[in-house]
Amino acid sequence: MSGFLHLVRRELRLALRGRGESALAVAFFILGALLFAFGAGPEPQLLARIGAGAVWAMALLAAMLSLERQFGPDYEDGTLDQLLLTPLGAEVVVLAKALAHWVTTGLPLIVASPFVALLFGLNGDAMQALLAGLLLGTPVLTLIGTIGAALSVGARLGGVLLCLLVLPLLIPVLIFGVAAVQAAAGGSFDATVSEPLLVLAGFLLLALGLAPIAAGAALRQALE
Amino acid sequence: MGHLSVSGLACRRSERLVFTGLDFRLDAGAALLVVGPNGSGKSSLLRLLAGLLRPFAGAILWDGRDIAADAHAHRARVAYLGHGDAVKPTLTVAEEIGFWAAIDGARVETGTAALTAMDLTRLADFPCRHLSAGQKRRLAIARVLARIEAPLWILDEPTNGLDAEARRRLGRALAAHRDGGGMVVAASHEGLDLPGAQVLELGPFAAEAKAAEVRGLEVDQLV
Repeated sequence: MSGFLHLVRRELRLALRGRGESALAVAFFILGALLFAFGAGPEPQLLARIGAGAVWAMALLAAMLSLERQFGPDYEDGTLDQLLLTPLGAEVVVLAKALAHWVTTGLPLIVASPFVALLFGLNGDAMQALLAGLLLGTPVLTLIGTIGAALSVGARLGGVLLCLLVLPLLIPVLIFGVAAVQAAAGGSFDATVSEPLLVLAGFLLLALGLAPIAAGAALRQALE
Repeated sequence: MGHLSVSGLACRRSERLVFTGLDFRLDAGAALLVVGPNGSGKSSLLRLLAGLLRPFAGAILWDGRDIAADAHAHRARVAYLGHGDAVKPTLTVAEEIGFWAAIDGARVETGTAALTAMDLTRLADFPCRHLSAGQKRRLAIARVLARIEAPLWILDEPTNGLDAEARRRLGRALAAHRDGGGMVVAASHEGLDLPGAQVLELGPFAAEAKAAEVRGLEVDQLV
């Protein structure tokens, strides 16, 4: 466990001292959502209806941005060799990297999302559902994305490949995330809101179990 | 301390058989110097021994047991220096060595001692982006030296970029490791001081012969 925490701390330190990737992802998120808002026009009802979808789609794309750098630099400079030779094992390395990615990308997106939601005029209930959905959904984006990042290590056009691999897998997250917001926007915080959120929670558990194994195997393969 | 033995080892990279039929044995305190021209498979052999690659044929045994049978135990035995220095520009020298020592379960003093051994103490608080190529190499070597409990040190071109003084320091550290019963496997073109090491030559001749063999195989498969 302590090795895991050491690695998370190192990754966070690297991210903080890096070239501000978190800020970049948040800026991309906000700008992209702005484009949606301007593109849809000034009609408040239309904006409220597409709001959830736009916020979710942009969160997804923004989380993609830094995924390519999950393992790429470590592969190139030899750090990945060293990490896989530590007693941690590939699975724990994957989990630590994913946690650091979520803290530096997912969390800032969640913090920024209420402001973006205001652009679309989402009401209070919808905002709550959006936040709850993002809280459950962004870790799934990170975990599934980490599998893609591990699979595309060392590949030519790794970044493009990564998006092609990962984005289709994230469509269910998008669907249920948006469903929760739309149910909440239409009425009170009842079963129609909590059900999609529970599905998202299920996705999260599944991804937590699967991603370390899949991405760990992919990393070992990448070094072959 | 155990011993490392290799029998009938073959390595294939994509479609090419890099080498086949390697046999050698290393006992406690021994050293193996792998030499040969570029592309003869020196790095591949070292990665095989570290457990980062799987053999195409043959076996690598530690105390008679296949290293793949217990990968976790083998990782604990190995300290590996690759081509890359695995040094992050934004971390300081002390942070780098401290992290790897901590993650390998070593004490902080071990890392500090390794920095001293490679004459990096002065630079401890510098971010690694300010280091020269040779200083980065020394830091990567210090990471290996900090693994005093690991019996098998595997070094890929450790002297790259090192000045004469750093080479002497490396030589002394390797000698001390072997005096303590450790083993050293190194691939090197020049300037590595490994007295009494076995020399394993991976030749272009061998590679050519094997390439012909592979082509033969493909022809058979086509027919």
